[in-house]
Amino acid sequence: MGRTLAQKIWDSRVVRSAAGEPDLLYIDLHLVHEVTSPQAFDGLRVAGRPVRRPDLTVATEDHNVPTAGVTGPGLPLQGPGSPVTDPVSRVQVDALRKNCAEFGIQLFPMGDAGQGIVHVIGPQQGLTQPGLVIVCGDSHTSTHGAFGALAFGIGTSEVEHVLATQTLPQARPANMAVNVTGSLPYGVTAKDLILAIIAQIGTGGGTGHVIEYRGQAVRGLSMEGRMTLCNMSIEAGARAGLVAPDDTTFSYLEGRPRAPRGAGWERALGHWQSLPTDPGAEFDREVTLDGSALAPFVTWGTNPAQAAPISSAVPDPGSLADPAARASAERALTYMGLQPGTELRDIEVDKVFVGSCTNGRLEDLRAAAGVLQGRRVAEGVQMLVVPGSMSVKAAAEAEGLDQLFTAAGAQWRSAGCSMCLGMNPDKMSAGERSASTSNRNFEGRQGKGARTHLVSPQVAAATAVAGRLTAPADL
Amino acid sequence: MEPFITHTGRAVSLRRSNVDTDQIIPAEYLKRVNRTGFGDGLFASWRADPDFVLNQPAAEGATILIAGSDFGIGSSREHAVWALQDYGFKAVISPRFGDIFRNNATKGGLLPVRLPEETVAALHDLAGGDSPVTVTVDLAAREVRAQRPEEDSPALVAAFDIDDYTRWRLMEGLDDISLTLRHADDIAAYEARRPDWLPAAV
Repeated sequence: MGRTLAQKIWDSRVVRSAAGEPDLLYIDLHLVHEVTSPQAFDGLRVAGRPVRRPDLTVATEDHNVPTAGVTGPGLPLQGPGSPVTDPVSRVQVDALRKNCAEFGIQLFPMGDAGQGIVHVIGPQQGLTQPGLVIVCGDSHTSTHGAFGALAFGIGTSEVEHVLATQTLPQARPANMAVNVTGSLPYGVTAKDLILAIIAQIGTGGGTGHVIEYRGQAVRGLSMEGRMTLCNMSIEAGARAGLVAPDDTTFSYLEGRPRAPRGAGWERALGHWQSLPTDPGAEFDREVTLDGSALAPFVTWGTNPAQAAPISSAVPDPGSLADPAARASAERALTYMGLQPGTELRDIEVDKVFVGSCTNGRLEDLRAAAGVLQGRRVAEGVQMLVVPGSMSVKAAAEAEGLDQLFTAAGAQWRSAGCSMCLGMNPDKMSAGERSASTSNRNFEGRQGKGARTHLVSPQVAAATAVAGRLTAPADL
Repeated sequence: MEPFITHTGRAVSLRRSNVDTDQIIPAEYLKRVNRTGFGDGLFASWRADPDFVLNQPAAEGATILIAGSDFGIGSSREHAVWALQDYGFKAVISPRFGDIFRNNATKGGLLPVRLPEETVAALHDLAGGDSPVTVTVDLAAREVRAQRPEEDSPALVAAFDIDDYTRWRLMEGLDDISLTLRHADDIAAYEARRPDWLPAAV
């Protein structure tokens, strides 16, 4: 019987397998950031253990650092010249710097040309490659699956385990196929696709599974689009999501700083081409969506499955048959301050956020800029555009996107997780409502009491112009 | 970590599905660099509401959390486990857990107990009722038992599944890293076989 892409990767990374025990899996790349690592490094120190493979470990500062006032590399963490004003954040960033120095790990600090969101810098450098097992103490590690890598988020105990051993004991996940037939209509993006998938299978639909995204609509996505798609696999409950590598993948990788070269490239390519799922392979579960029937999607509730086409209305919880789903929708509408039956297009927003590991790459910024060109952000709406990395920032500036955004009335920032998660200065206040290209609309995610509608970069930009949830076609 | 064999304690019913880790511990609390003290931030925004279940006298000293389905979805933050443990919880019962949360819980010795939807609903009814129940989570017997005061036999007995390896590790209180380092030779042998074109960060 044939094997799936995920099974092939798994089999090739098993260090040790024994009956009645989880497989011991080798980790090819470990990405580290300031929030989920300090306790792991402390654990190493207490046990007197070194980092086994600092050469397979990369660290960046992203979750906690400010995106304003970062004028370049080498800014101090302390004193009046520092953009970091929160003393608690300062301690955490400082801990990462000390830990990386002590254990010999390469770190991209705030303001450095290589700095950025952990899931943006790996692909950008060519470190993220097909067939690898990649982990990070961050649930959106699934992003790297876009390259046909098996990539998943881990907790701090597992971060310590990988630092110490470069392996992880893991139970083999089940395999799920999400087939998207047809081509996405004009104006429908990878973000709309993943929101539609999560709405269909639910927040727990992929629990215990690795999702492989397949079909014509997926093949038609750029690498950036595939990253957006795989990024939100965790929002459907799947620790990992992946797309088989193809020519789109290979041409994205070729020539990147950490991609193989010369004879190494040829050998790598031969291996990568052997990875896609075999024709006879069986999935434990299969789901099919008609990609050609999709429309721009937005969320109305407080989990990413509570989403609907932008042309629809806020649903009536009373119409839901499942009591838990009904209770959850009722709670969500109370939190969101919405009434059943309100047209989604009538919902006014205070803030618009373009950025995050979901939609903070150059293609996303271009898409938002394309909508904003010749238009202005509506009176009373604050729009933040936050590139996913300093490299994305530089590339966008070389194209003049920063000028376009600021001329339209948006704020242009430095790289970081920013308003995605409410743990740095880019936060919302209670009762404020956003259209956000990030990945989670959980209660309080963007700040205590803040209300989030997840959208694509195009819908975010159109919403900024209209002041209410809007698709570009409505402008 | 401390071995988990069996635990008996007061159960509290949190009748909500999709409780994500941002609710369990908001990001604001994640700036700390130690593992202790996260109990303060447990369900921080919900606890601001005096009607929230953990603010009721009946919840005082509770050590077992009965939750709705898809508990612990979202962010990988292990701080969610540390917050539940620091607050005093020893076990969480739900029809389904977020994968990363469940993994994190077993690393720290917080027992995630998965039971069918109907059984969890019955436990909610028992724990949320007027006369509080005592719940035993017996990992050795792979069984949950709910007991009303002054009754001889348990009001509910339910068997739960957990894989043998995780159960053994929890019952022994074993540290994963030292278990893996027993196989350091296998790791070195695997590393010697890795192709040289694979990427390195430096």
